[in-house]
Amino acid sequence: MRLACFPAAIIAALTFLNAAAAFEIEERATYTAPNPQSELRIISTADREVFEPILLAFQEENQTVSIDYTIASTTELMKAVHEEGEVFDLVISSAMDLQTKLANDGFAQTYRSPATDALPDWAKWRDQVFAFTQEPAVLILSEKAFPTDDFPTSRDALIALLRDQPDRFRGKVGTYDVRTSGFGYMMATQDARVSENFWRLLEAMGRLDARLYCCSGAMLEDVRNGDLAIAYNVLGSYAQAQLDDRGGYRIVLMSDFANIMLRTAVITSNAENVTDAQTMVDFLASLESRPDLVAASGLPAVDADALQSNVALRPIRLGPGLLAFLDRLTRRNFLRNWEASITQE
Amino acid sequence: MTFPPLTRSIRTRLFLQLAAISALLSVALFLVVRGLAETAAEATQDGILAASATSIADALRSEDGEITLDLPYSALSMLGTTNDDRVFYKVEVNGETLTGYDDLPAPADPPTISQNTFATFDYRGDEVRMVSASRTVSASGVPSNVLISVAQTRLGLAAISQRISAIATGVGLVFFLVATALSLLAARSALRPLKEMTAAVTRRGPADLRPLAIQPPTELEPFVAALNTFIARLRASLLRSEDLIAEAAHRVRTPLATVRAKAEVTHRKLNKPEHKQTMREMIRAIDESSRSAGQLLDHAMVTFRTDSLATEAIDMGELVRETVARLEPAADLKDATIRCTIPKQPPHFTGDRILLQSAIQNILDNAIKYSPDDSDIAVTLTAADTIRLDVTDQGRGFGDSDTDTLKTRFSRGANVDDIVGSGLGLTIADEVARAHGGTLNITRNEGANGACVSLVFPLQ
Amino acid sequence: MRFLLIEDNANLASAVAERLQLDGHAVDHAGTLDDAENCIAAADYDLILLDIMRPDGDGRTFLQSHRRAAKSTPIIVTTARSEVSDRVSLLDLGADDYITKPFDFSELEARCRAVLRRRGGVAANRLTVANAVLDSTAGELQIDGVGQTLRNRELRLLEVFFTSPGQVFSKSYLLDRLFSFSEDVGENAIEVYVGRIRKRLEPSDAIIETVRGLGYRLVARP
Repeated sequence: MRLACFPAAIIAALTFLNAAAAFEIEERATYTAPNPQSELRIISTADREVFEPILLAFQEENQTVSIDYTIASTTELMKAVHEEGEVFDLVISSAMDLQTKLANDGFAQTYRSPATDALPDWAKWRDQVFAFTQEPAVLILSEKAFPTDDFPTSRDALIALLRDQPDRFRGKVGTYDVRTSGFGYMMATQDARVSENFWRLLEAMGRLDARLYCCSGAMLEDVRNGDLAIAYNVLGSYAQAQLDDRGGYRIVLMSDFANIMLRTAVITSNAENVTDAQTMVDFLASLESRPDLVAASGLPAVDADALQSNVALRPIRLGPGLLAFLDRLTRRNFLRNWEASITQE
Repeated sequence: MTFPPLTRSIRTRLFLQLAAISALLSVALFLVVRGLAETAAEATQDGILAASATSIADALRSEDGEITLDLPYSALSMLGTTNDDRVFYKVEVNGETLTGYDDLPAPADPPTISQNTFATFDYRGDEVRMVSASRTVSASGVPSNVLISVAQTRLGLAAISQRISAIATGVGLVFFLVATALSLLAARSALRPLKEMTAAVTRRGPADLRPLAIQPPTELEPFVAALNTFIARLRASLLRSEDLIAEAAHRVRTPLATVRAKAEVTHRKLNKPEHKQTMREMIRAIDESSRSAGQLLDHAMVTFRTDSLATEAIDMGELVRETVARLEPAADLKDATIRCTIPKQPPHFTGDRILLQSAIQNILDNAIKYSPDDSDIAVTLTAADTIRLDVTDQGRGFGDSDTDTLKTRFSRGANVDDIVGSGLGLTIADEVARAHGGTLNITRNEGANGACVSLVFPLQ
Repeated sequence: MRFLLIEDNANLASAVAERLQLDGHAVDHAGTLDDAENCIAAADYDLILLDIMRPDGDGRTFLQSHRRAAKSTPIIVTTARSEVSDRVSLLDLGADDYITKPFDFSELEARCRAVLRRRGGVAANRLTVANAVLDSTAGELQIDGVGQTLRNRELRLLEVFFTSPGQVFSKSYLLDRLFSFSEDVGENAIEVYVGRIRKRLEPSDAIIETVRGLGYRLVARP
């Protein structure tokens, strides 16, 4: 594939000039194989706790493959691969728009196999971006703040609640800082696309001195320790996993609509270990057949039937549409509006 | 269309030519279908691209004296509805990139406010189709020229194209098969008149030289006319031959008859034995020449007739009886008795009645001629494992002279110069026998004079 | 017998007529079919000899109309045509028999006899000498009502004698009458046949008398 050669060549040149990695790594772990013959370099947004069961299970089946697992935020990950030309074999991210852009801009390579063919049409794009989970964005309510069953289940209800009881919730609502979180930005733009309610909700939250976070984990922590009563647009899978462990909050799948994020994997065009990357893609694509891993990681596998049963569930569409909100101007305008709403300045 | 003749069959040639035409038409159909469909598909893609560009253009606005844009989600998502093609876009204001993929090339054919333009070129490793639209947007009172380009790779189009090609191939193939099958039927049907004509001609008996009365197709009319002319010429020629033979017979025999009658008169009037003897010899000479002439003419007729053997059902018993009755007076003259043995259920036979009668007559005539006075001639018809007619006479003469007579009597006059003896009559019988799939056998009687001449035919 | 000879060739006609007359027959000659019609209208004939190949119209037409007119005179057709064709049709058309030219007159006589015998109804040709009656049509010799069927030569020989009783016929003459030209027979053959008919006539009063040096004659027993 000649497609990525030109930009890749330039970026490689730049990287050569900038020897040190310019992107921020959150964590890096190495899993040596029992019989190491090759190394698979993965960059991912998924926490190690979440993903480790999957990596180990993969290694059980592929005893010769060592894994180098680097964790970064969605934006840093994008920066690494798209701008700095860092060499990784596999890119796993929850930011579907950024993954789509990677493929659109020629940073992905095509792969087809029976496992990928078995994925539903909406779970892959161009045979380059492969979704292997479907994770909803949910509303988290602390049990302390909502001891009874009387809690909002729709955005209208939430907006009404915030408006009606400002004192109860002042300084106790939180959501993603979309300026820094790629995932958060994507969820926000998807929200805005679907319903006007988003901006009203944002304003309602802004009037109550909403707190902004980089990630789901932090939001859940604050809910648990009582700093937050309501956390909006939290990643459902994280919430579920932590709920089982520690509890203390209620997960609400909103009834008007709930956006579903598809976590995706992309084999880079400049991957060195293509074979093992492909094997991993196959492994991830058949996550449905490993309920043990689903349980261990907390990541729900791609399941078309589950989506059909609840009309409010709206999987985000993989495709060029996601590029729209990545547009420089559009993003600038959106962020400006978002800032104006949430900070009330 | 002329093709080298691979085969002599008209039907095969016609079929092959029609099949070749069908093949050409199928290919043409395939190309047309594919061309049209691909044009339609491309037009559809172009339409969507144009819609996308339009929706982006519609989202342009000016804010704080600057032109800005909220790229509509639908503008790009609509490009992904039917395929997984990569999408690129660029918005330029007065020649400077506002947003989008900076390195997207400018259209070779710039658009106008009212007319979008399209271009196809390679970009980032794939072939893309790009639409360019132009808008004028005012910012702080200054109108700016905005160029909106939206491009999309063509893999989806290629997929459609493949599907179309497959369908077009299918259509072409089906068309070809159906057309070929129909052309087979057409070829067969077109040639049916020939078959019918052949049947009409075949149905005719061998002596049927009437002109063909069928109504042929226009193209065959000249052929039928030529055939009828040919038939007429043949008939005329045959009639002439028959007339010639009859004429020859008449011209030869009439003067002979006169001479013979006069000779008989003279013989009666002469007294001297030696004179009478001379007359007798003269008359004998006349008889021989007349007989030979007659047999030559018969032989010519028989040879001619065996070529176009008539086939009718013949009652052999009745035929034998008739012939015996015809020759009885001749036998009577020398007190020879013909004894006829015919089975009650005479065998049925299919053949040429006139030829068979001639054969039997010649055999019997020969037997009578060489029978002594007061003798018996046995005519026996049997139908066992063969149909057999035996004519047994008691011969004349003794010992060596008998052999000579026998030899002379049966010498086969195949060459017309060899006309000594009456063999030609048996030659005729032999030819008739063979024309009917049978044989003529001659055997000397065991321990007695004379011979047995047999006609043997296979059972039918 | 009284013959009508329909023959267009004058030479042949006169030769045939002369020959028939030698045997004591009466012959009328018609050169054309019109002449023939006139003759038939004017007189009765025992037999018609018709030459079938004629320049003035095919004799076939005459044959057919003659038959249709139900005239009972038998017709023997003379033809010079090839024997392979035509003949069946001649008989179908109404000829009683046919003979090809040139024909042997003994054969013609034999065929005439056969035709007349077949036709029947014709006044029987009976010749009587003493108590012997020769029916030449039937080919029978009747003596005092007792009939004997005669062989052909016997019949012909008797016919010669019975037609002219008392007349002397030389052996030579009798040879001519009895034997065909293809046979070389000596006069002793006549003696054999005379012997035979003498035997036949024994019961009757008619005898064949030998006239020394001259021949034979038939006389009634005195």
